Amino acid sequence: MASKQNEKKLNSWLKFSSTRNFYPLADKMIPWFMGLAIVLTLIGLYMTFFVVPPDYQQGNSYRIMYIHVPAAWMSMLIYLLMALYAGIYFVLNVKLADMMAGGLAITGAIFTVIALWTGSMWGKPTWGTWWVWDARLTSELLLLFLYLGYISLRAAIDDPNRAAKASGLLALVGVVNVPIIYFSVTWWNTLHQGASITTNKTSMATEMFITLLVMVFAFWMYTIAIVLMRVRNEIIERERDTSWLVEELGKEK
Amino acid sequence: MFSVINLMVRRDILLAVRRPQDVMTSLFFFIIVVSLFPLGVSPEMEVLRSIGPGVIWVAALLATMLSLGRLFSDDYQDGTLEQLILSPQPLALVVLSKVAAHWLLTGLPLVILTPLLGLLLGLNGDEIQILTLTLLLGTPVLILIGSIGAALTLGVRGGGVLISLLILPLFVPVLIFGTGAVSSMNAGLGVEAHFSLLGAFLVLSLLLTPWASAAALKISME
Amino acid sequence: MNWENPSEFFAMGGHGLYIWASFGLLALLILIEVVVVKKRRKDLIHRLKRLTKARAKMVEKE
Repeated sequence: MASKQNEKKLNSWLKFSSTRNFYPLADKMIPWFMGLAIVLTLIGLYMTFFVVPPDYQQGNSYRIMYIHVPAAWMSMLIYLLMALYAGIYFVLNVKLADMMAGGLAITGAIFTVIALWTGSMWGKPTWGTWWVWDARLTSELLLLFLYLGYISLRAAIDDPNRAAKASGLLALVGVVNVPIIYFSVTWWNTLHQGASITTNKTSMATEMFITLLVMVFAFWMYTIAIVLMRVRNEIIERERDTSWLVEELGKEK
Repeated sequence: MFSVINLMVRRDILLAVRRPQDVMTSLFFFIIVVSLFPLGVSPEMEVLRSIGPGVIWVAALLATMLSLGRLFSDDYQDGTLEQLILSPQPLALVVLSKVAAHWLLTGLPLVILTPLLGLLLGLNGDEIQILTLTLLLGTPVLILIGSIGAALTLGVRGGGVLISLLILPLFVPVLIFGTGAVSSMNAGLGVEAHFSLLGAFLVLSLLLTPWASAAALKISME
Repeated sequence: MNWENPSEFFAMGGHGLYIWASFGLLALLILIEVVVVKKRRKDLIHRLKRLTKARAKMVEKE
């Protein structure tokens, strides 16, 4: 009995303290990550347009790769991360983990849109078509649908507790299905022997690799910054009845 | 365990028999969607034959989705669901029985009608046979996966449209292997792989989705 | 250096439309995202301040 009470105390402390301790921490971290994101983006853009030479086959259009590839990577990683936070939420029952998952979803969906759009813009001059139903593009489109489902479910439920649990469960179900969907789409694509895009796998020059790396880091920093900003908003909204938040906001001004 | 399932399935079927229009609507929907394609695409039998399996599968997908909203909602509205959650039976078992009844009422009729619609779209005997078998294996998977969406959107505003957004992307593998079997047979490749994969999907979803749906129901009823 | 003059830079060897459409949408979406999140924070803080004031008044009255 006593241990159960202690556990309860610990749990409530964990819940209470995490958002409370996290808020000022997020406040301090956001400018750093945003600053890094801006600096890295500027370096990355400079390298994309002024350092790396045009491709001998594709000309300049391949410069789109430097945002297409990071966006596509981020779109997939963010989904995994979202499911991971949903899992943490269920195991530890920490509200903050749910806020992170919710904050990640919209950014993930945006990167998915960017990946699809830039893929299309890259495909037209290079392969002569805006869209092909190849395995990668099709899976990316389905990933967008998964994000939209998650975001819509979250938005449709008013009670934050129920929204957290329902959307968390959906994220976990989704992440189990992602490999199955990817596998089946690849199978479907090879069966129909339809369009498949093969990028010529010439060894990437060092400067190209570095440019891509800088862009990937820029996208990461931006993601962290914007997610923290969204979590910060979420904390203000959910903890508006607590006195520490008022004090915290008083300190800022 | 089986007596519980038996009882639950019988109850749901009895309720549906008393109000058959619910079951009929999704069946009519299935037929109408399929018969729109000759009008919308082309009445040429060759064209229809090539898109036939896909058309029937997509129509079955949509018909299933249309009926999924009612999987738990009647029990939710009259308070039965609350009783079921409080009852000593594991909730996953209750979900499984409800899914079984739902499949008998809405999935099986689709499968039975498929040969008829296949004839309308100019499929030959072998194609119809394969297609019907894929639907027999695939429709339970659709309802099992769909039960998670139905449980999550219970009592949520705009639930009907929302459920399609949640569930349709998850239906993709079933759709691919369902329609793939027919084109694989026509290409002279075997259909065993497709059937084993559909079978694997069925077994996996039988084992996993009732638990997920039960968890979702508990979340929705809190 | 890849470009002789600005117009060559903007033309991107004939692929300008595709490249600027790609980078443009990325910039636009991120701009919108940041503005929306910042505005939401401003609104939330504003609302919270009004709430705090209202509470203080209630306490005073009592």
